[in-house]
Amino acid sequence: MKIELKEISKSFGPVAANTKINLSVSSGEVLGLLGENGAGKTTLMNILTGLYQPDSGQILIRDQERKFYNPRDAIKNGIGMVHQHFMLVPVFSVSENVILGNEPITNVNRINKKEAREEVLKISSKYNLDVDPDELVERLPVGVQQRVEIIKILFREAELLIFDEPTAVLTPQEVLDFFRIVSNLKKSGKAIIFITHKLHEVIQICDRINVLRRGEMVGEANPKKTSNSELAELMVGRSVNLKTKRPKINRGKVLLETKNLQVMSNKKEMGLSNINLKLHENEILGIAGVQGNGQTEFIEALTGLRKISSGEISYFDKRYTNLSPRKIHKMGIKHIPEDRQKQGLINEFSIIENVVLNTYYEDAFSNNISLNWNSAKSEAARVMKQFDVRASSETIPANNLSGGNQQKLVIGREMSRKINLLIASQPTRGVDVGSIEYIHSQIISARNAGIGILLNSTELEEIIALSDRIIVFFEGKIVAELSSNTDPQIIGMAMAGVVN
Amino acid sequence: MRKFALSKQTMNIARTQSSLISGSFLILLAILVFMLFGFGVEGEATFRLSRPSDPYALPNLVLPAESFIGIASLTIAFFGARLIVKAPKEYSVIFAISFFLAIATFLVWATAGKSFSLTGMLQATVVRAVPIALAAMAGIMCERVAVINIGIEGMMLAGAFAGAFFGSIFGSVLGLLIAIAVGGIFGLMLALLVVTFRVDQIIAGVAINILVLGLTSFFTSHLLKKNPHLNDTAVFKSIQIPILADLPIIGPMLFRHNIFVYLAILIVFSTTFYLFKTAYGLRARAVGEHPKAAETLGISVIKTRFINVIIGGMIAGFGGAWFTLGSVGRFDEGMTGGRGFIGLAAMIFGRWHPVGALLAALVFGFADSLQQKLAILRTPIPSEFLAMAPYIVTIIVVAGIVGSARPPQAIGKAYIKEN
Repeated sequence: MKIELKEISKSFGPVAANTKINLSVSSGEVLGLLGENGAGKTTLMNILTGLYQPDSGQILIRDQERKFYNPRDAIKNGIGMVHQHFMLVPVFSVSENVILGNEPITNVNRINKKEAREEVLKISSKYNLDVDPDELVERLPVGVQQRVEIIKILFREAELLIFDEPTAVLTPQEVLDFFRIVSNLKKSGKAIIFITHKLHEVIQICDRINVLRRGEMVGEANPKKTSNSELAELMVGRSVNLKTKRPKINRGKVLLETKNLQVMSNKKEMGLSNINLKLHENEILGIAGVQGNGQTEFIEALTGLRKISSGEISYFDKRYTNLSPRKIHKMGIKHIPEDRQKQGLINEFSIIENVVLNTYYEDAFSNNISLNWNSAKSEAARVMKQFDVRASSETIPANNLSGGNQQKLVIGREMSRKINLLIASQPTRGVDVGSIEYIHSQIISARNAGIGILLNSTELEEIIALSDRIIVFFEGKIVAELSSNTDPQIIGMAMAGVVN
Repeated sequence: MRKFALSKQTMNIARTQSSLISGSFLILLAILVFMLFGFGVEGEATFRLSRPSDPYALPNLVLPAESFIGIASLTIAFFGARLIVKAPKEYSVIFAISFFLAIATFLVWATAGKSFSLTGMLQATVVRAVPIALAAMAGIMCERVAVINIGIEGMMLAGAFAGAFFGSIFGSVLGLLIAIAVGGIFGLMLALLVVTFRVDQIIAGVAINILVLGLTSFFTSHLLKKNPHLNDTAVFKSIQIPILADLPIIGPMLFRHNIFVYLAILIVFSTTFYLFKTAYGLRARAVGEHPKAAETLGISVIKTRFINVIIGGMIAGFGGAWFTLGSVGRFDEGMTGGRGFIGLAAMIFGRWHPVGALLAALVFGFADSLQQKLAILRTPIPSEFLAMAPYIVTIIVVAGIVGSARPPQAIGKAYIKEN
C-alpha cells in the first residue's frame, strides 16, 4: 500500500500551517518526519487522519484520490494515529478503549465483552504487545498505555500507523521497547510515519527522513548518510551548536539542604518520602525521572507552593519550612515552573505585566497605591534585551509570543534579579532548538557565576548535558545519586526503579 | 499516571486522624440523640406494619420508648468509641448503622404513646422518591456526556404544566406523552445553547429554570385560573400487581403504585443497561470523559451530546408529569419545589450511577415522607421545620459525600471541533 500527500496546504486564519507539502510512504517502510514545535507536523498528520480538512491538495491511497471528512473516513482507509497526548479514556478498561467506536455487539446494541477481550489478546500476542485487557487504563504506566494505543489502531486494521512524538513520555528502556515494536510492525508490512524532534531517533529507526520547517517541506535525508548537525541545520535553517560546553569548576559551599522531607500529594495515595539532598554553589544538580514520580511535589515544596508535612529545608544554613512563595522568592530563590502557560505567565497579560508579576510590590514599581508603569516598562525592555525575547513591543500579551520567547521571558524575569538559587523545571519543554541552545548557555553561565541550580527535566539528554551531579526520582523517593558521566543506560534503569 | 502507595506510616496517621474525627462525631451524635429524645418519654411506640384488611397481616411492632432510646444512644456512643480506639476498615457501615439508629430513635420518640403506620411511610418513601430519581436519571444522561443540566427543575416544571394542561384536554395518556415531548424540547434547547453556541452550562440551565417559571406562572394566572376545566386532569390509577401486591410490607411498598413508579424503576434499569452494557453507552461515557479521544475514533461528540441531553430532557418531562398526572391532577405554580435540584444531589450522591442515584433518591424520599407523616403525629417540632427535612438531608449529603465523588472528566467544558 502506498499513501501520498500532494500539494497539501492548510492555514488557520492568517497563519499558514502547511504550504504545498508533498509526502509519500509505503508498506514496510518507516518515514521520519522531523521538525520543530510549530513546524506543522501535527497539522499535517491531523489532515491525514481526517481531523482537519486541507484547504487544497490531494490525499492518494493506492494512487486513488480519497477525501477524509472526518476521522472515521481515515480509519476506514487504514490510517491510524497514536497522538502525542494519548487519546485514551482513563476510567475505561483496556479492551473498552480498544473497541470504542467499533464495538463488537450482540442483540440490542449490547457489547460483546468476550469477543472484545479475545480481539485484544489476539492482536496483543500477534504483535508482541503485552497488556492485560481488563485493567483500567489509568492504572497503567505510560509505556503500556502506548501499547494500548497501538492495539487500538491495529484493531481497526490500520495499514499506516502515525506516531506523534511517541518517545517524549517514555523512559529510555520503554523507548527501546518501542523501537522493537516499530520494527515488528514494519516487518509485518505496515507503513509507519514517525514524528519527532529528536535527531538521533530518526537516524536510528527510519528508512527515510523528511524535514519540515515553518509549514514547508525543506528537505529529505537518508538516515544512513546524514548526521545530527546536518538534520539540525535543516530543521532550524541555520547551523546550530548542539554540544553544550560545561567547563569544569569547583563547587562552593552548601546552598540548599533538605532533611527527611515528606510531602503529601494531591491524591492522598501519592507522596514524597524522606528526601535528603545537598545543593552547592557553582553546581547544577539534575533531577532525572519519569514524570509523576514526585519531582513536581518536591519542587512545589521547595518553592512554597505545597505544604511540607515533615522534615526540613535549609538555605544558607538557615531553616525555612512552609514559608510563602513571596518570602522564598525574596530570599533569592527563583523558580522557572514546569508549565509556562499555566504557572509561569498570565497569557492575557502584557509582557510588562508579566515581567513585574512577582516584583510589582517593590519600591521600584510601586508606591503602595499605584504602579509605576514607566519603570515596569523599562524593566521589561531590559529583560527582553538581555534575554533575547523577540517581540514587536513590550505591550503585547504573552500568548502572542512563540513558546521559545515565552520561556525566555520567564527565565529572564527570574534570572535578571537578585538570585542565589535557581529551581528550573522543564526549562526547554516545547521550545525550538535555537532557544534551547540559548537557554542552556544561560543556565551554564549562571552556574559559573556562583549560582546553585536545581534542574528538573524529563529529557534525559538535557540532564546529562547540563548536570554536575544527577539524582533520580522514582515513586517519590531518591533512588540513585550519580555522577554526570554515568552511562545513560544506568540512569534509565534507575528511572524505572532498577538500582543495583 | 503512575500510582504508588504512600508509606505505611503516613497512611496510618491519616487513618487515625479521620477515625478520631468520625468517632468523636458519633459520640456527639449519641449525646445529642439522648439529650433531645431521652428525657420525659413514656409509654410504648406502636408501629403498624399491616392493615387489618391485608391478606397476610403482620402483628404491630411495639417498642418501649424509654429503654429503646437509651439502648440506641448507648450503641451509637459505643460505635464512636470503637472508631476512636480501633479505626476499623468498615467504618462506613458503622456510620450507616449509627444514622439508622439515630433516625429510629427519633421515630420512637415521636411515636411514644401513639401508633404510626411504618408501611405507610415506606410506601410514601417510594412515591416521593420517584420525581427525585427521575430528575437524577435526567441529570445522569446529561452529565455522562459532560453537559451540566441545572435546568432539570425547569424541565420538570414544564412537564408538570404540560401534563396538567394537555391531560385535561386530551386525557392523561396523551397528556403524559406531550409532557415528555415538552421536556425533550427543553433538552434540545439546552443542547443548542451549550453544545452549539457554547453558552456557559450553568447560566444556560438557570436561564431555562427562570424561563419556565415565568411561562408557567403566566399561563397559570391567565389561562388556568380563568378556565378551571383546563387544570383538572384525570390521574393515573394505581395498578396492583397480582400476588406480589399482597405480600406484607413489600407489597404496599413496591407493588401498589401507579404507572409512574413502575416506569421510573424501568427507566433506572434501562439507563444502567444503556450506559454500561451497550455500545452507544460506551460512546456516551467516552464523550463525557475524553471527547477528543472519542472524536479521533470517529464518534461525533456534538451528535452524542445532543441525543443524550434530549433524552435527559424527556426523562425530566416525564418526572414533571408525575406531579400532576401521577399525583394531584392539577397544576400549581412552582409545584416541583426544588425536586429537580435534589435530584442532582441524588445523582452526585449516587456517583453518577443510575442505581446509586435511585438509592440516594430513596434516602431523600424517606426524609420527604417522614416530614409528611410526622406532621400527622403532632410532635412538638413546628411543621415548618419538618418540611425542611429533605433539604437538610440534601445539604448534609452534599457536604459530606460529594467532595470525594468523581464526576465525568470533561464536565462543564464545551467541545470545540477544530477544522
